[in-house]
Amino acid sequence: MTKSEEYDDIPGTIVFDADRSRQGYHLNMFCISLREQKNRDAFTADASAYLDKYPMTPEQRQAVLDQEWNLMLELGGNIYYTSKLAAYHGINFQELAGIMTGMGSTDYRAMMLAGGRSIEGNRNKKEWEDK
Amino acid sequence: MAWISSGVGCSHVPALGVAVDKEITQDDYYGPIFKGFEYSKKWMEKEKPDVVFLVYNDHCTAFDASCIPTFALGCAAEYQPADEGWGPRPVPVVKGNQRLSSHIAQSLILDEFDMTIMNEMEVDHGLTVPLSMMFGTPDEWPCQVIPLAVNVVQYPAPTGNRCYNLGKAIRRAIDSYDEDLKVCIFGTGGMSHQLQHERAGLINPDFDAKFLDYIANDPVTGSQMTHIEYLREAGSEGIELVMWYVMRGALNDDVTEKHRFYHVPASNTAVGHIILENHAEGKA
Repeated sequence: MTKSEEYDDIPGTIVFDADRSRQGYHLNMFCISLREQKNRDAFTADASAYLDKYPMTPEQRQAVLDQEWNLMLELGGNIYYTSKLAAYHGINFQELAGIMTGMGSTDYRAMMLAGGRSIEGNRNKKEWEDK
Repeated sequence: MAWISSGVGCSHVPALGVAVDKEITQDDYYGPIFKGFEYSKKWMEKEKPDVVFLVYNDHCTAFDASCIPTFALGCAAEYQPADEGWGPRPVPVVKGNQRLSSHIAQSLILDEFDMTIMNEMEVDHGLTVPLSMMFGTPDEWPCQVIPLAVNVVQYPAPTGNRCYNLGKAIRRAIDSYDEDLKVCIFGTGGMSHQLQHERAGLINPDFDAKFLDYIANDPVTGSQMTHIEYLREAGSEGIELVMWYVMRGALNDDVTEKHRFYHVPASNTAVGHIILENHAEGKA
């Protein structure tokens, strides 16, 4: 697999490819385990012991504990998985987007009601650097 | 013989399922969306398919990171609505048609589409939301359903071209089935949306309008769209739209567009919907 794929030039976007899937495997398996109540209970009872069952990197583990949602994606997490951890913390999808974009829920929701984020100026990284 | 009468394209935004389940489909936020599906429910009452062949993607529900089939065909007698972390949706159990599924699986594999066969599978909002949008809230779904789960979570999803050709193979499989069954095929997901990282909230109505035009009138050209164009123009999760080409490939080259609807937003997503009918004497 070649590095520096064409899609790496899309700003504010982490494409979940096979490399990231490999890097994020244990992080994602931890997150998806929280779909089940018994696992949510076990995580609540002893977070450290529960996390020990998933051999993540120290950086991934810390991102989980710190709820660093963008960093989790950068370290191989995928949004459909990390959203389960967010749900565990009582954060729904739209609130999570508010956090990841740095806008906050109210402004993010208002942007969506007004038609969403425009594609203009958001196609490649150069456009963001020029802002 | 079995035959495909029509195709439906439909977003499967989870919030729409929540709106149905909480009975808030008429409020200011959801009202305009559900109004766009009023025609569709009436159309479906007349269409009365025996079977819906439903192309969707699983959202790490039936499949987690440990197993990622590109195409997984449901061959079970029934499919339970899954618990996605907040309890299963209160919708009817989805009933399959095992004999038809087996026939399709065999036909597709001999046609060189190497399917994963699912003899047990829970189904998530990707499958149940389109059923709710098209059938409302019946006590039982009024037809059998055959699910086809497509991987669009881990890059790369299958290409639009591959999906289109799979649709053609599904058409050949259904056309060669020995029982009189009327089949409607659904392609679901999309439209433009991005759920992740700093560009979350991306919506591209121009892309979506062009996509709907391609689906209706020029699917051969549309099916050649590259992954990078979907990712860049329709958002990282907009790539779900390739699944609509499975639906389109199973229809005639020329179809009649009965209905089209588009609305922004539902939660983080642009909602798109189209109904296409095969001409009674159209060419395959």
